[in-house]
Amino acid sequence: MKLVVTVVGKDRVGIIAMVSQILAENNVNILSINQNIMDGFFNMILIAEISESKIKLTELQKILKERGEEINVQIKAQHEDIFNVMHSV
Amino acid sequence: MITIDDILETNRMITENKLDVRTITMGISLRDCAHPNISQFCRNVYDKITTSAEFLVKTGEDIEAEYGIPIIHKRISVTPIAIAADACKTDTYVPVAEALDKAAKEVGVNFIGGFSALVEKGFTNGDRILINSIPQALASTDLVCSSVNLGSTKSGINMDCVREMGEIIKRTAELTRDQQALGCAKLVVFCNAPGDNPFMAGAFHGVSEADKVVSVGVSGPGVVKHALEDLKGADFTEIAETIKKTAFKITRVGQLVAREASKRLGVPFGIIDLSLAPTPAVGDSVARIIEELGIEGCGAPGTTAALALLNDAVKKGGLMASSHVGGLSGAFIPVSEDEGMIHAVQQGSLSIEKLEAMTCVCSVGLDMIAIEGDTSAATISGIIADEAAIGMINNKTTAVRVIPVPGKKVGEMVEYGGLLGYCPIVPVRSQYSSEAFIARGGRIPAPIRSLTN
Repeated sequence: MKLVVTVVGKDRVGIIAMVSQILAENNVNILSINQNIMDGFFNMILIAEISESKIKLTELQKILKERGEEINVQIKAQHEDIFNVMHSV
Repeated sequence: MITIDDILETNRMITENKLDVRTITMGISLRDCAHPNISQFCRNVYDKITTSAEFLVKTGEDIEAEYGIPIIHKRISVTPIAIAADACKTDTYVPVAEALDKAAKEVGVNFIGGFSALVEKGFTNGDRILINSIPQALASTDLVCSSVNLGSTKSGINMDCVREMGEIIKRTAELTRDQQALGCAKLVVFCNAPGDNPFMAGAFHGVSEADKVVSVGVSGPGVVKHALEDLKGADFTEIAETIKKTAFKITRVGQLVAREASKRLGVPFGIIDLSLAPTPAVGDSVARIIEELGIEGCGAPGTTAALALLNDAVKKGGLMASSHVGGLSGAFIPVSEDEGMIHAVQQGSLSIEKLEAMTCVCSVGLDMIAIEGDTSAATISGIIADEAAIGMINNKTTAVRVIPVPGKKVGEMVEYGGLLGYCPIVPVRSQYSSEAFIARGGRIPAPIRSLTN
């Protein structure tokens, strides 16, 4: 199952490092990253494969959310199907 | 392959435009609970509901978290109690309503619907007991919703029931007067009620349904409004196309949620109800869509046409996105549950008479309208008869959910909180009586269009 992680917030050092570290610790494999800075705001969309991971999705979501709040960014992790069904027939 | 724009669009719909799945509703048949002893019947009902829906709320919450789409309510609908309890030797079904309430609280759902009777052609003994139990049942429970279907295109209108429901609504208002007649917000009078509607207060589990089904009601007026904001001055072809595309996207999410819920609960998927269901929150309003189309204040001339276009385009777009469509499917126009409608009533652009015209082209009918508490039962029955006639002749579902708030006058406000919202008292302009008309009773015969065979 693929996971879509979106990160939005004020730019600072180490956002990508933190997110990728959490994913690596939980054996979640990153497939693609798209990131940019717009008007000082950090935007990242990351797609990852979660099938090999042992952690429950809701737990991973909780960790990402809490760690994100610590550095003032919003992190959302969603099952990719919500995007697939909405945008492809 | 999903693109970044797709991901951003979906998440913007959820966070900024308040896209949500309004409800996952589990329909449960109570036909196998029948028992002559009402206490035993209530135990059977409680056991069946709590067993069948044990994991409904948890499943809804899991899906919500996994996909990041808010699922606002989890609900249950049951076989109309007038049918399920018909075998009970009793003169009141209030204990059944209390058993439903207890079961709903036990499994943690937001509402349970089905304290209902289907009487478009006549009453059984059970129907009479149920209707007489409605005021007390709604006063002594929190989550139970009640509905009565008193007309259909096939059968005509049961005018005896029309007369009685005016009185029942008044009595319900009186018994819940310390909560501003909240009981009436949980009571709907229908013509052509569908048996697979997941929305409250009119949900019940139709007699032709399977033992258990899962249905989903989608929402998303804010998303449609947002899509139309980029089309200033565009013609109606373009407007209709945009609404269709947006409705398609909204419904696909509903279909995904329904499919997952069905799989995880091991219960067949019933239908998706393609609805634009507003909330009192700013940015989640059907009235504001109508205004976006160029009507200065909802209710001004052109409103009915705008709503007709909206309602039709939503169905066309949504239909393709789901394997089974049913329920009410269309744009809801509840007054107290829609920020734009509330505002329109306050500024005087929207009246109950205009709302009646709008019900010819919307998904249901006169919904969540607070009126003066001293409105007579016959006037309320007259309003019900008019709505039922619109439904009967136009082969559509219509309904009345009016709230005669005791002690309140035009100009005052009532507040119910949550999804039920708040509303100014809406004036019923005609001061003339419908008493003699309503007193006649009997049945309005089925219309010529019922003879389709």
